[in-house]
Amino acid sequence: MEKHIVPVWFFIGVLLAIYGVLILGSGIYEVFVPLNRKLAMGHLHIGIWWGAGMLLFGLVYVIRFRPNRKNKNM
Amino acid sequence: MMMALACFLQAADARLSLSPVDLIIIILYFVLVLGLGVYLRSFTKTGEEFFMAGREMTAWIAGLSFISANLGSLEMMGYAAATYQYGILVGHAYWIGAIPAILFLGLVMLPFYYICQTHSVPGYLKLRYGEGARSLSAISFAAMTILMSGINMYAMAIIMKVILGWNIHVSIWISSLTVALYVMAGGLRSAIFNEVLQFFLIWIGCLVVPVVGLIETGGWSGMIHRIQANFPGQNFTHMWSTTGAFTNNPMGVHWTGIVFGWGLAISFGYWTTDFLVVQRVMAAKDVRSAKLGTVIGAFFKMMVPLIVILPGLLALAVLPFHLVPESQGAQPNVHTYNEALPLMLARYCGPGLLGLGVTALVAGFMSGMAGNVTAFTTVWTYDIYKPFIRKEAADSHYVSMGRWCSLFGVFVSIGTAYLVMNFSSIIVYAQVIFVFFIVPMFGTVILGMLWKRTTPAAGFWGLLAGILTSLVLWLWVKFDPSALKYVAFSDQAKDMAENLYRAMWSLLSNVFVTVVVSLFTKPKPEHELKGLVYGMTELPSDGNFPIFQRPITWAAAVAVGFVVLNVLFW
Repeated sequence: MEKHIVPVWFFIGVLLAIYGVLILGSGIYEVFVPLNRKLAMGHLHIGIWWGAGMLLFGLVYVIRFRPNRKNKNM
Repeated sequence: MMMALACFLQAADARLSLSPVDLIIIILYFVLVLGLGVYLRSFTKTGEEFFMAGREMTAWIAGLSFISANLGSLEMMGYAAATYQYGILVGHAYWIGAIPAILFLGLVMLPFYYICQTHSVPGYLKLRYGEGARSLSAISFAAMTILMSGINMYAMAIIMKVILGWNIHVSIWISSLTVALYVMAGGLRSAIFNEVLQFFLIWIGCLVVPVVGLIETGGWSGMIHRIQANFPGQNFTHMWSTTGAFTNNPMGVHWTGIVFGWGLAISFGYWTTDFLVVQRVMAAKDVRSAKLGTVIGAFFKMMVPLIVILPGLLALAVLPFHLVPESQGAQPNVHTYNEALPLMLARYCGPGLLGLGVTALVAGFMSGMAGNVTAFTTVWTYDIYKPFIRKEAADSHYVSMGRWCSLFGVFVSIGTAYLVMNFSSIIVYAQVIFVFFIVPMFGTVILGMLWKRTTPAAGFWGLLAGILTSLVLWLWVKFDPSALKYVAFSDQAKDMAENLYRAMWSLLSNVFVTVVVSLFTKPKPEHELKGLVYGMTELPSDGNFPIFQRPITWAAAVAVGFVVLNVLFW
């Protein structure tokens, strides 16, 4: 049986989803335990928004390009 | 274990400390890129698979990889630094200095590269002109690639040393050997897959700075207001309106240098003949995908100023101190131009995001280096080793040579990293090298593609004349600075402006010698030019595809965007 290459988009989705969880978690932690260095625009808690966005983006890619799905895109 | 690693990597005088979550992010990245290489090894057995990724990439993969291979840490850090120094003028590298040339590559030149089924750009020169032009271009390309790889490494070492306090040697060796391992394992396919991954990381990691920076300054107009307050009397935010005279802009350049030196000579030389980038789109599954991939690359290239130029401008607006050239940077509490992007990352990014930003810079370094390594490996194996050292061997022998050559190329690159020390900004050094080797290639290739009268002798002598012109002009100014007024038309021209004019002279001499020699020597018979020259090659038509699937449609859209952006930032 011919082996098919898992789409690169799937790997990207996995990494971004994991990064999203880590950055989102860090951002939430910072809300309760402030950093010992001051960030410009720290009140925006950009980590929370960026992490959530990455998690969402990553999950979409993981689902869309999961290996058992018939896919023409590498 | 994580803390032990942090202590091992970080010196006590680090300007920034990475948290455990940052380190996890960086380590996960290394694990994934190595894992991808190992995974793809089982799909990489033949020469075609190792050196050309099986020629089965989709347009999106080819296009993103095409642009990612160009987004080295040199690109990211160097251009942010140059923006701080010269202002938005540097953005010409992304617009007039890239977009016309990339579209020209996709629509005009790429079909010839693709149809003749060569493995490399020097390979095309062999088919068109013979062994002389191929050897000269292959050897100069191999030398340039190794030097560029060394520059990339130097750029990364600065980030790691100055900002993170990392041990230079450890960070260089870990990153370089990771690239060597995944390229050795999976060849071009592995490099391309990783470059697509790196593309996402670079963009997501670097976009934090412009997004938060523009919020801090109150948008574009707020940023300009702050820059004017910080640097009264200097114009950093116009692309064309200050180029009517050499003394009106921080770069000391006239618009003729930008249009003819940058927009024509350097840009067309790099984007249409540098095998590092061309190799990515040559790996596409068909001609239409290759053309479309190039157009996709052009679109994203046009957007790159968001993540490299804008951070440089924001640094001018928000940093509470002024950055200085490298030569003045050896004092405590003094920051140099090259620190512009890392300082901006540090300004806005907390734990997690900082790790992502550092990963983006490391990914930039690795994508650029993998581009250099795979291109060097292919040119060495097919254009130097095969014709000159071992003509007849099994395909598996050349694959094996390619794998070991990847490792060898990385070692030589590490050796060259320390050569990069004598220039005020890294990017200037890159342009010196480009101008020596890449610019004359364009004249030789394009005349060969479009004019069937161009002869094999003209291909060789034209290329040599271009390289020598560039070298001689550079040496002339180096030993007699007053020569600048002849080379660059002004004694006020800065390093970067001098490079633009030297590129123009190099291309002119290349074209002149090629045409003159062609007129006095014997051309190749017409039957040997099939598939290589315009008018002698059957080019596949995209006319049977719907209009929105034709490369020309999207190329036109990118061209319109290019014009609009130039007018907006005039």
